[in-house]
Amino acid sequence: MSAVTPRETASGGLWSRMSLGRKQVVWAWGFLAVPLLFYAVIRFWPTFQAFYLSVTDWTITRPASFVGLENYKRLLADPLFWQVFRNTFMYLILGTPISLLISFTVAYYLDRVRFMHAFIRALYFLPFLTTAAAMAWVWRWFYQPVPIGVINDILAGLGLPQQPFLRSTAQALPAVLAPAVWAGLGFQIIIFLAGLRAIPVTYYEAARIDGLSEGAILRKITLPLLKPTLVFLVVFSSIGFLRIFDQVYNINTNDPGGPLNSTKPLVLMIYQTAFSSYEMGYAAAQTVVLFLILLVISLVQLRLMRDR
Amino acid sequence: MRLHRLLASVAFGFATLAASGAKAVEIEYWQYVFDTRVKAMNQLIAKFQEANPDIKVKQTTFPYADYQTKVAAAILAGQGPDVVQLFYGWTDNFIAGKMIRPLRAEAFPAADIERDFFPIVKAMKRGNDYYGLPTAVRSLALFYNKKAFKEAGLDPNNPPKTLDELVAAAEKTTKRDGSGNIVSAGITLDMAGQDHQWWREVLVRQFGGVPYTDNDTKVAYNDEAGLKALTFYTDLQKKHKVGQVGFMDEGQAAFRAGLAAMTIDGTFRLGSFNTIKGFEWGVTELPANAQGLRSNYASYFANAITTKAEGEKLAAAEKFLAYVSSPEAMKIWMEVVGELPARRAAALTPENVAHPVYGPFLKGLEYAHTTLFKDEAAQRQVAIDMANRVLIGGEDPKTSLAKAAEAEQAIIDRAKR
Repeated sequence: MSAVTPRETASGGLWSRMSLGRKQVVWAWGFLAVPLLFYAVIRFWPTFQAFYLSVTDWTITRPASFVGLENYKRLLADPLFWQVFRNTFMYLILGTPISLLISFTVAYYLDRVRFMHAFIRALYFLPFLTTAAAMAWVWRWFYQPVPIGVINDILAGLGLPQQPFLRSTAQALPAVLAPAVWAGLGFQIIIFLAGLRAIPVTYYEAARIDGLSEGAILRKITLPLLKPTLVFLVVFSSIGFLRIFDQVYNINTNDPGGPLNSTKPLVLMIYQTAFSSYEMGYAAAQTVVLFLILLVISLVQLRLMRDR
Repeated sequence: MRLHRLLASVAFGFATLAASGAKAVEIEYWQYVFDTRVKAMNQLIAKFQEANPDIKVKQTTFPYADYQTKVAAAILAGQGPDVVQLFYGWTDNFIAGKMIRPLRAEAFPAADIERDFFPIVKAMKRGNDYYGLPTAVRSLALFYNKKAFKEAGLDPNNPPKTLDELVAAAEKTTKRDGSGNIVSAGITLDMAGQDHQWWREVLVRQFGGVPYTDNDTKVAYNDEAGLKALTFYTDLQKKHKVGQVGFMDEGQAAFRAGLAAMTIDGTFRLGSFNTIKGFEWGVTELPANAQGLRSNYASYFANAITTKAEGEKLAAAEKFLAYVSSPEAMKIWMEVVGELPARRAAALTPENVAHPVYGPFLKGLEYAHTTLFKDEAAQRQVAIDMANRVLIGGEDPKTSLAKAAEAEQAIIDRAKR
């Protein structure tokens, strides 16, 4: 008996010497290795690659050489970058609150509508299903000067001066933003409706018995209980507006991001640097900057959610 | 027994496959999607295969926006075309990336090319080597709406010959509503279309300057001539109010819709304008300046052989390139696409020169210039922004011109690295 035991241990090796708990850990890591590897190869490797590209001068056709922080220095000294940076934040600062305010208002009242509720909801959701490119082309036509632009035709018909819209550095950004806000409304309304429906009816009944006004109910019950929904939508739509691209590109394909770069967002600048000028290294540096902006904003917003 | 038979048939299958594989060489041809170009190339391939039954040509097409990226990525990955179509302005990029190879002098002697083709083909030459040959070339001309001319009391068979006459005709044909809004333009203003070429290679020269010096590596238009050219252009909207950037979205759309009396565009627009039903249009040479000086801009897509083609594929690619740049191919290309033959003999036939549509474009070729772009999209953007700063921002043309020159010089300098 005593002679057999050491031999068994030797043949079983490391594995049989392990405790059951240790074996479970090994198994667990063995299974986890597959998704981890997948995640590393599919997610982290390209991201790492983008960081690496941002310190090279790769131009697609010429081999890359290391240039250190040259691309970042150029970016910070590029007035176009700062213009684009401002534009991107204008989309965020105007787009997120406006779209949330409108969609909440619509959801709040739509929640009370019984007549053809599902149909009206579907109508609001419809733009969300449409391709951004197709929508942008329709809006592009709305904004045209007379004789074909719908809005200007109406203005001219009323004897009002026509507006330049996309041909004005001041009006172009809001004009591009409008269809983007409009298209996102459907999604936000649906989420708000779901949030509103999730609030127990008993709260409202109690409040009404206590004689609270509608305004007070909104302030004291609805909005506080809607906070998780609100935080989700704020994060989601901020990221959306920070990454705005297709609407801008399609509403003005002849001069994308124009006029005079007044509507150009960061993503469009990245696209043009990479796929029009083929300065891949420089484009990668811009991508890294966009990534950092998105990261910071998301972290701040997630922190707000944790405070709850 | 059954297994034996199966093995035998598999072996036979391989043998026939190998035999037929050895007989026909397949080469790939890539170009971007443009309806008439694809149609013309299909015809050329059919004719070529008829004459060369041992060569098969496969055509692949891509949307223009992705074209350069896809070609570069494919060739660098050892895939992609054996013969590729490229814009002459991309040549440096393609050579630097070792994507295209110089044409063998034995197969395509430089002396023959220079004798037979229009001089603008030199934009494909680096050192002693040619890197590609075009089938067709394009130049600019003034399209005008004969109906609009008649209605304005102008002679529809006597289009403007000088810049002054152009402005006068535009003033007569512009229609405005009660509030002064243009409802039909005299001339289209569209820097994003062909106007940037008109400004750069035509107007700047006509006002006494040159757009670039030192082999197109030094921007030279920031002077009196450039200022006059820009002022002339922006005055069409600001002073004469005969056109408006963004009117009907695009210049060619306004002309097609019959809401612009004149537009400057290229041969490649003929296919689209030929379908206009509502009015009769004419074509004339770009207007001369007061001293009679004319200029034009010519460009082309060339066909080149890639570094991927080797051995018998290279031989087949050379044969195919020789065919698509032959007079016969050029004739088909002109009929289907509307672009002018790149060989003088094929282009300058008495019939073509007297042709009411091809004639003005062909005359334009004789005095045309070809800009050696480093980054065509970015350089065009410089011109768009230059005009916009004056027209939207109200900046004075002199400041805007200086900014444009500086921005374009930076683009050229960066590409030189």
